Amino acid sequence: MKADPAGVLTGSHYLDGDVACGEGAMAAGCRFVAGYPITPSTEVVERIARRFPTLGGTFIQMEDELASMAAVVGAAWTGTKTMTVTSGPGFSLMMENIGLAAMMETPCVVVNVQRGGPSTGLPTMVGQGDVMQARWGSHGDYEVIALCPQSPQEAFDLTIDAFNLAEIYRLPVMFLMDECVGHMTEKVVIPEADAIEVEPRRLTDKSPEEFGPYQINGGQIPEFARAGDGYRFHTTGLTHDERGYPVMNAECHDASVRRLVGKIRDNADSIVRFEEEGMDDAEVVVVSFGITARVARLAVEEARSRGIRVGFLRLVVIWPFPEKRIRELAGSVAAFVVPEINLGQIALEVERVAAGQAVTWPVNHAGGAVHDPDAITEIIVKAAS
Amino acid sequence: MTVATKSTTASQELEHPSAPLLRMERIPHVWCPSCGIGTVVKCYATALERSGVDLDKVSVVSGIGCSGRVAGYLKLDGFHTTHGRALPFATGLKLGRPELLVTVISGDGDLVGIGGNHFIHAARRNIDLLVILINNFIYGMTGGQNAPTTPQQARSSTMPYGNFETPFSLPHLAASSGASYVARWTCLHIRRLTWSIEEAIHKRGFRFIEVIAPCPTLYARLNKLGTGLDAMRFYHDTAVIRNDADTRELDISFQSEITCGKFVDEERPTFLDLMHNHYSDQLGDRYVPTPPEGGMLHEQ
Ligand SMILES: Cc1ncc(C[n+]2csc(CCOP(=O)(O)OP(=O)(O)O)c2C)c(N)n1
Ligand code: SF4
Ligand SMILES: [Mg+2]
Repeated sequence: MKADPAGVLTGSHYLDGDVACGEGAMAAGCRFVAGYPITPSTEVVERIARRFPTLGGTFIQMEDELASMAAVVGAAWTGTKTMTVTSGPGFSLMMENIGLAAMMETPCVVVNVQRGGPSTGLPTMVGQGDVMQARWGSHGDYEVIALCPQSPQEAFDLTIDAFNLAEIYRLPVMFLMDECVGHMTEKVVIPEADAIEVEPRRLTDKSPEEFGPYQINGGQIPEFARAGDGYRFHTTGLTHDERGYPVMNAECHDASVRRLVGKIRDNADSIVRFEEEGMDDAEVVVVSFGITARVARLAVEEARSRGIRVGFLRLVVIWPFPEKRIRELAGSVAAFVVPEINLGQIALEVERVAAGQAVTWPVNHAGGAVHDPDAITEIIVKAAS
Repeated sequence: MTVATKSTTASQELEHPSAPLLRMERIPHVWCPSCGIGTVVKCYATALERSGVDLDKVSVVSGIGCSGRVAGYLKLDGFHTTHGRALPFATGLKLGRPELLVTVISGDGDLVGIGGNHFIHAARRNIDLLVILINNFIYGMTGGQNAPTTPQQARSSTMPYGNFETPFSLPHLAASSGASYVARWTCLHIRRLTWSIEEAIHKRGFRFIEVIAPCPTLYARLNKLGTGLDAMRFYHDTAVIRNDADTRELDISFQSEITCGKFVDEERPTFLDLMHNHYSDQLGDRYVPTPPEGGMLHEQ
């Protein structure tokens, strides 16, 4: 369906990534946000707190991030599109109820504007160290979807995609910004509402008697019933059957967890998204994401001007990881160069998928600044020789 | 549960009086014989039926624990959440769809141990939630560990020489945090508890009812207090009803008198009242509240 015009601030604006993300959420139809202040993410909820009362939305500042995430999961069961916003320390606290959202199959969006970690780390400065946490942070096996914008424009566009993916796959979608994108101000063009596709909640049309909240009916994703519509359904974070009733045995657990994981892995081809350039003759490929992708592009241009055949692959969706494409490339290129503002997280994935067919060269620093493009160029040169 | 009595044959089975509100297909339940939790379920179900509210609009939210299993046995929209987070989850439900009657039923460890921060903030906001806390003075589900409600001297598995910490007095905690309705009953006070729940269903704001409940398997066994029936005798002999008592005088010591009653009942503006009034003042016609049926986008 088309976006509700009330939430869409059509026009050309000069916005930072945080504000653009907030606008993306409102355009996507988000009408409930719970959050707890934390730099460098707070501008997202400040924007929403200002606009929500005119849009029929509710923002509540909760007592902590445990509560914010729990409230977002609760509100999502009313059919409302919901989101919470945080940075590293709060993201750690949210893990408990991100797991609940995964287990209950609750559509929602979790924005993490990454700063330097661990712990309180560098509150006002950039990091990309939460990539693995976004993927593995809550206990047990589950899958997430995570998107990484490289600009305020993408902060707007991809936030809408994050909401749509949450509806389609019924899971918490991670929106992994970083402090640089969050605080960078650029032109953001917000289209007309009827040019924005938004996914509605996929409500069941079964009667309450026929309905089970986790019935699959041959597919992988159950239909949704909202609280208050007479379905009198039950849901739990315990392992459960299709009625949402707890079942404590290995068979049910295996089937449930495999479905939670399978609904993303089996659909990875339609979820994965990346951009690439210069692959035709590439012997080295730079793989990057978020703000680092913009810095890495300079390094790629410099290396090309020096005659090195280097390609560039930017991850837009970071989880699920584009395994198929990296595997193909590994068969034809000599090396991958992976700059990221952490001590090697996506590099591990590239290395795992390349499986020895191509060499992986990480280019790391721990956070607080973006890379010096020369540091990346230097590794590209080494990797090519 | 279908109860066959001596005078009935199998074909004339009696239905449990609360069957329409229970998930009978999940019986037998997980609770031990003579545990107090079932009593609370029955009182809540009876109060709901009597209240005349639209049951389709009632949600029950529980956390984790023996008491946390309550949401799983009521035939209502039911949410069995994470340990301690029933209140913030319920806050989201209520704000997402303000017309819902949201009840939180959970344990002492859940709501005021791990969830204590959420408890004081939900009460402070006076958000529209009916909260029934089943206080068995212990962490039942995990095997009898000390709780923030365990009376001094009482034994728990993690206080094998008796508890030396000072417990919370829950009506005092709720009242001083801002709850607009505060009561305490025991599992013996079936009629009063049912009536109190029914009364609270019709009120607004943060409504808190503490129910002192026996845990024969752990609390009573560790403290040599006998069966659930012995607990009923104890409540009968030592519980006193003092409505409007000063909440500073409601501490519970080991096997001491338990003061029951309704202590607070005052209508105060709720979170939603305050929010609506404030935004209407500040924004006038520009204010668009979340509709009662929720902020969901409908297919146009
Ligand atoms: C985060 C987390 N920590 C610990 C536990 C283990 N746990 C399960 S139930 C429980 C205590 C429940 O106590 P209470 O709320 O008093 O319920 P009761 O079983 O006594 O009814 C604990 C500690 C958990 N499930 N989750
Ligand atoms: S352990 Fe205690 S609280 Fe839990 S079901 Fe048994 S008697 Fe009830
Ligand atoms: Mg307990």
